[in-house]
Amino acid sequence: MEMFSNLIFGFSVALSLQNLTYCFLGVFVGTAIGVLPGVGPLVTIAMLLPITFNLAPIPALIMLSGIYYGSQYGGSTTSILMNLPGETASVVTCIDGYQMARQGRAGPALAIAAVASFFAGCVGTLLIALFGPPIAEMALKFGAPEYFALMLMALIAAACLSSGDMVKALAMVVLGLLLGIIGTDVNSGMARFSFGLPELTDGMGFTIVAVGLFAVSEIVKNLETKELGEVFTSKIKNIMPTLHDLKLSLGPIMRGTAVGAFFGTLPGTGPSIAAFSTYMVEKKMAADPSRFGKGAIEGVAGPEAANNAAAQTAFIPTLTLGIPGSGTMALMLGALTIQGIAPGPQVMTSKPDLFWGLIASMWIGNALLVILNLPLVGLWVQLLKIPYRWLFPSIIMFCSVGNYSVNNSAMDLYLVGVMGILGYVLVKLECPPAPLILGFVLGPLMEENLRRALLISRGDPTVFFTRPISLGFMIASVLILITMIMPAVRKKKIEAYEGGGG
Amino acid sequence: MKVKLSDNKDFLAGLLMVAIGGIAFYMALDYPFGSALRMGPGYFPRVLAGIIIAFGLYVGLRGLRTCEKVEGVWGWKALALITVAFWVFGWLMDRVGLIPSLVAMFFISAAAGHEFRWKEVIILTTVMTLFAYGVFIYGLGMPYRLFWWD
Repeated sequence: MEMFSNLIFGFSVALSLQNLTYCFLGVFVGTAIGVLPGVGPLVTIAMLLPITFNLAPIPALIMLSGIYYGSQYGGSTTSILMNLPGETASVVTCIDGYQMARQGRAGPALAIAAVASFFAGCVGTLLIALFGPPIAEMALKFGAPEYFALMLMALIAAACLSSGDMVKALAMVVLGLLLGIIGTDVNSGMARFSFGLPELTDGMGFTIVAVGLFAVSEIVKNLETKELGEVFTSKIKNIMPTLHDLKLSLGPIMRGTAVGAFFGTLPGTGPSIAAFSTYMVEKKMAADPSRFGKGAIEGVAGPEAANNAAAQTAFIPTLTLGIPGSGTMALMLGALTIQGIAPGPQVMTSKPDLFWGLIASMWIGNALLVILNLPLVGLWVQLLKIPYRWLFPSIIMFCSVGNYSVNNSAMDLYLVGVMGILGYVLVKLECPPAPLILGFVLGPLMEENLRRALLISRGDPTVFFTRPISLGFMIASVLILITMIMPAVRKKKIEAYEGGGG
Repeated sequence: MKVKLSDNKDFLAGLLMVAIGGIAFYMALDYPFGSALRMGPGYFPRVLAGIIIAFGLYVGLRGLRTCEKVEGVWGWKALALITVAFWVFGWLMDRVGLIPSLVAMFFISAAAGHEFRWKEVIILTTVMTLFAYGVFIYGLGMPYRLFWWD
């Protein structure tokens, strides 16, 4: 089996002392920061991203993905103990998790979340190893028209399926594309939108946009209102779930993993919608649905498995096609680019140590999460008590030093300020920033592929509709747009995002 | 219910999009458009700017009909202070070294919070500056001087 020899090769990379250390560091730091109330995975990655540029590509990527699922898991801990979701994916965990905590069953809730996440993480990792290579192989045959059509479909799907207003999300994608082409045009050598600043002729820094849009807007939004709620700090005893708990959770974990793995690969959906859908499935399947919302362990196990499975499988399109499906994946892709690796299907063959090492490290990271989290719950609870007025200046410190270190230039910091203002205003006006960063990452690629496609076809735009694969992507894009405009489907989408608590 | 235009969420969003699109389109007029066969550097930007303007008009006009208010209050003070904290940090880093820059950054950004307790801010600044020295200079080996005399 080729897959297994590849995985063994991956483990040989990931288990080197250096990579193992960075994996551990990533998971630990990610969890610690993810636990902090008001600091979700996007903020965590955005603030630590510039710092990882001081590392070599493989350890940097391993550490970043550790931070990613660490912070995701940390967010669940906060949801269960504080009823404060760090991000939309953990909203569902709040519903029954916090109720369990109030009934003195915080321990089993945390433990089942860990077990569910671990199981889902393992399956997710296997799926990447299984489906990654064939998808990449197929994608290697894509020409410029296919790539352009694929990116178009991914961006439209991401905008339409994400929560919130579809038109605004689409506009944000376009704004992102526009920001993405700031800098020197590769073909003509002309500096575009550089406002006369020499720093901008190399393009707007990726970390600048990430920090401005996600970190600054989040902090200012948190500061609009008073300090966050009280911590639920009754003593946590009896970590171990009972046999009955495990029996109840087995089904939800399996189903949650399946649902999550599916949604994770779709652009725009990811962990949050996976968690909501699983919750609704479990509620429908339960013998006594009235227990849900009152501390049902199935309501923790299913969604936790789903959001972790989705978090893993989201790497499939990112690593094999070079097309991210969510804000966090766009950050990962940006990290690859800045490390000098052109993302796309060729990564697997040109950098097998990176690809397989990263996959193996994901499994190791998930195992570390279980090992770390259960004994360290006490430490996490202590972290929850840190007031936000100490946290946000420290986050700003990481963002400042990190961004300065990328180019050693004050201009980058001035631009962070500008992007922060833009990010905050957009968030206030309910224009989602995640589609913007997707567009930003894909902007230059899209222009290049459009140019090439039109060159091949001698300026004939029908080229996108005459090549079968490209036609397929185009039809899919149109179908997504049409179905999302239909009022019935739109209502269903809103229910899927908001109905979890129902 | 009557909502002032300056509180109208979608109207403002639309206005912002039209403004950004308009500026981008105007700037892109300087870049050769080329043709579909040979896209010039102005081709993609002008198409994108046009699309944003169209979306902006749609969202803005819809706002006039739906009249939804911007939720919550605007945190202008916090936003201004945090922005200034970034700017001051960058400006000082080029001139006086890491430690004074961090101290200034912490004091300015801490002022963005709801309460500013001198003692706490001094302790936080000291602890985090030491932490920054440990992680960034000692741990990651970033090549920055600590003070202007270094």
